[in-house]
Order: sequence, then C-alpha cells, then structure tokens
Amino acid sequence: MKQVDALIVAVEEIARKTIKMDIRISKEILSEIKPGQFVHIKVGEGTEFMLRRPISICDLDMKEETLTLIFKIFGEGTEMLARLKPDQAINLLIPCGNGYSIDSIEADEVLLIGGGIGVPPLYYLGKKLQEKNIKVTSILGFQSSADVFYEAAFQSLGATYIATNDGTYGTEGFVTDVIDHFGLKGDYYFSCGPTPMLKAVETKLHDTKGFLSLEERMGCGIGACYACVVKTQDGESNKKVCQDGPVFEANEVEL
Amino acid sequence: MSMLGVSLPGLALKNPIMPASGCFSFGKEYSQFYDLSKLGSVMVKAATLNKRLGNDTPRVAETKSGMLNAIGLQNPGVEAIITDELPFLEQFDLPVIANVAGSTIEEYEAVASHLRNSNIAAIELNISCPNVKEGGVQFGTDPNVAAEVTRRVKAAASVPVYVKLSPNVTDIVEIAQAVEAAGADGLTMINTLTGMKIDLNKRRPLLSNGVGGLSGPAIKPVAIRMIYQVYQAVNIPIIGMGGVRDAEDVLEFLLAGASAVAVGTANFENPHVCSDIIDALPFVLKEYGFDSVTDAIGKGHINA
Repeated sequence: MKQVDALIVAVEEIARKTIKMDIRISKEILSEIKPGQFVHIKVGEGTEFMLRRPISICDLDMKEETLTLIFKIFGEGTEMLARLKPDQAINLLIPCGNGYSIDSIEADEVLLIGGGIGVPPLYYLGKKLQEKNIKVTSILGFQSSADVFYEAAFQSLGATYIATNDGTYGTEGFVTDVIDHFGLKGDYYFSCGPTPMLKAVETKLHDTKGFLSLEERMGCGIGACYACVVKTQDGESNKKVCQDGPVFEANEVEL
Repeated sequence: MSMLGVSLPGLALKNPIMPASGCFSFGKEYSQFYDLSKLGSVMVKAATLNKRLGNDTPRVAETKSGMLNAIGLQNPGVEAIITDELPFLEQFDLPVIANVAGSTIEEYEAVASHLRNSNIAAIELNISCPNVKEGGVQFGTDPNVAAEVTRRVKAAASVPVYVKLSPNVTDIVEIAQAVEAAGADGLTMINTLTGMKIDLNKRRPLLSNGVGGLSGPAIKPVAIRMIYQVYQAVNIPIIGMGGVRDAEDVLEFLLAGASAVAVGTANFENPHVCSDIIDALPFVLKEYGFDSVTDAIGKGHINA
C-alpha cells in the first residue's frame, strides 16, 4: 500500500448524487490492484475532515494509466470530493483491503449482485472474470430510475438485470426478487451492497458459494485502529473490514 | 545529547515523537509506510488480561477537526500480545511502551506482571479509557483510586510506569499529584474527551456505544491547558498528546511542559505524519530559537 497524490482527469455526475471520478495512477500501482479493493481518500487540505473516505475501485485502464472511482454524495466530505475539478490533486492510500480472490475460482458461470453504491467494484471484477472466460450475469439494484448507472457497461459483460425499489426501472423490488423471477443461477456469486441486501442474498443463495463485500465506517483504513470490525459467525473473534476484508466468504462473518 | 534526544525514566528517546496508543495497533500496518526505527518510541494498543472483542459498530464518527471513537479496548489479551505482537517490533531500534488496561485493580496488576516477560521499556497505565462499561475511566477520576492502582501496578511492574490521565475531571492537577505521590514515573496526557454525535436521520446517537472519546485537533487547546497546569504542580515528566499533527504543535506541547509528544488521530489522516514531524522538528525548533528539544520544555511558562 502506498500514499500517493493523484491528479484528477475527469469528474462526472452519472446518476443522482452519483459521481464518477477518473484519476491518474501509474502502471506500477495499477498492476497491484485486485478487483474488490478500495482506495482511502483524504478530503480537503485542512483539519476539518480528519477521516479519509473509503471508496471502492470501479475500473482501471493500464494503457491510459487511469483509475475509475464511483461514489455517492452522502455528506459534507463526499460533497467536497464531488466538487473537485480535473487537474486538481487528491491524496489517497492505494490499494486497500483484500479484494476478491478469483485466481483459484473454477466456474462456468457466476452471478454479480450489487446494490446502489455496491455496484461499482463488481464492474472491474466482471471484466477480470470475463478474461477468464467465465459467463457473467449481473443483477443490479437501485432505489429508483434516477439512481441507475453503468447498465450498458455491465451489459457488455453479459446479461444484466436491473431492480428498483419503486419499480420506476427494470423489475420492481430487490435483487433477490430478480433472482426469483428469472430463476438465475451461477456456480458462484459475488455481492456488494448494504448489509440488509447482503443478508438477503446470502439467505437466498445459501446453496451457492459466494463472496460478500462489506461496508463499514472506517478510521485508518489499514487495520490499525479496529474501528471497522465484523464478528465471525461463531462470535469468537472479529475481522477487520478494511484489512481482512472488505471481501469475505459467504457465511464467514455475521451480517 | 543530540538536538532531538530526550531522556526519560526507562526511555532513551532519539527524538520525542511516538504514535499514541490505540492509533497504531502494534506497528505492523504503519511499517509498510516508513521505517519504524525512525520513531522515538511507540505506544502500542492497550492490553487487558483476557481477550476483548470491544464494542459493536459503528465505533467511529467524524466530527469537525476531530473524531469520536468507542472501540472498547478490543485486544487479544496480554499473553497473545507478548507472544504474537511485540516480537515484530524487536527488529526496530525503538523502546516500546505497553498500554495496560483493566476492569479491576487485580486485572491491572496481573497485566503488568505478565509484561515482566516482555521486552517493553515502559508501561502506560490506562486509567482513563472512556469506552468500557467497567474500569477504565473511573480509575482515573478519583484521586484515591488512581493512586491505589498506580501503587499496585508500580509494585507489579518491572519497568517505569507512566499514568495516562483523563481530561474528564474537574481538577486534573489533583489526580496528577495523587499518582505522583503513589510512585508514578511519569504522566501521559490527555486521553480523549467524552463526546457524542447524534444521527439526524435515525434520531439516535451515531456510535453504538452512545458516548465516545473525542480526539484530533479539536481537543488540542484542552490538552495544552491541562499540561500547562500539571507541569507546574508535579516533578515527573509528561508525555503530551491531543490533536498533534505537525512540528509546530509539538513545539507548543514542549512549551506547555511536555518532554515528549505522542501523535494519534493524525496517523489516520496521514500515515507518514510521525515521520514527517521528525523531519520538520529541527527546523521548527531553530525557527523559534531553540537549540534542542530539552531546551524548549516548559519554556511557555511565565516564569520559565
């Protein structure tokens, strides 16, 4: 992991309060990144924001030497990040967390299941799975039609289903409703999103091997402060989301 | 002695900078950013007798120029710390300060005696953790109890004992004097100030523990004031902490009366912060007319 100052290449609002930011990162660092890892971003120059913001890696381009991040404006910190312009610099710790280990996976087809701001890391994962000739089916859940993003990008990886809670786009309901409705199956599933969604997915697909990427409020982002822990299912110990995760095997931790 | 060197009970420090307990785990994570031998010392994460899982999440919340935490002393227990964590630090040229916590005086004693079987240079006696239901802070708010736990840990320990003071008291001088009289070799101050943040959407305290400990630049003036007062009232050295993030802050702590300075929350903002401060400190000392760290200690006092 390194601490780097990176130049912003582009900033774009791609859905409601949803910002896509491309930043310049060297090939050397990009080559270390695994799907599912995140960067820990410093907000502003002064002391107002003392905690960095963990943002998952959506995509990278080795040739252009760019990294794509997608984040949602939730509060003052992310709002400040969203106001940044091309050619301004941001400071980040990169790469953080363990990521999805896909090297050891033997599968013909897999499901990618994302909810809201849990969707972005599944995109780079999907690209890497596609490189391994694994068939990818994506199920993406959003609040409403205004929140939907990256549908076409995921379509380029394989069949893509959208669910919205209010039914204004795609299937009305949750990602689990889509799984039921279309009878979707895979040898593995990979999921990222809010905890209630991960819980529902884990329950629904209890016979399928899966990996879950968790969200939690973080401090240091590198495993030193013990802020972002999650209990193992036996209740005997804690795992650190930032360091042992954010990706865990299904049924490894208590959601 | 070199420009940055400071000599304290049990601690021959090449410079006065050390990461504060709880913000640096046992060093491994930060060692990927710089050589830990550069540090004056390191205050490692608190040890209790048995493993503790700590509080539920959320455990941290950002506040203006600061943060609240309620980790709840998560640690693997003193034996596991001695066996699995402290050996990693032996490869570095730095004295290690262990942080001792407990729920009862007997537990504090037991942790201190277990640490006889380790290579630590000093103990930081944590009588001021605000985030656990039992123990912690109540040992730091009553001068008689603070003195008693200090006496007992001093007797159990094989290394100098620095007592970490709570700022959540009416008269910190009274506590400082009580632990000095009980045999403390030094003081570390301040621990976090208790605080709370309420989530507007949920209409509930954001932290699962409700109350948390406030740290970061927001508390620096409180730390400076308390160190200033205590320095005038005791004859044992003070390791200062509370919102330090650059070398100017360090000088301010020295002027207030600290002999060394710990850096906590700022590590999260900038993992290189301790290393950066050590690089900048000689220049800042010079800029303000000091030849050495020891030359600056206590020079902020009116009669200094």
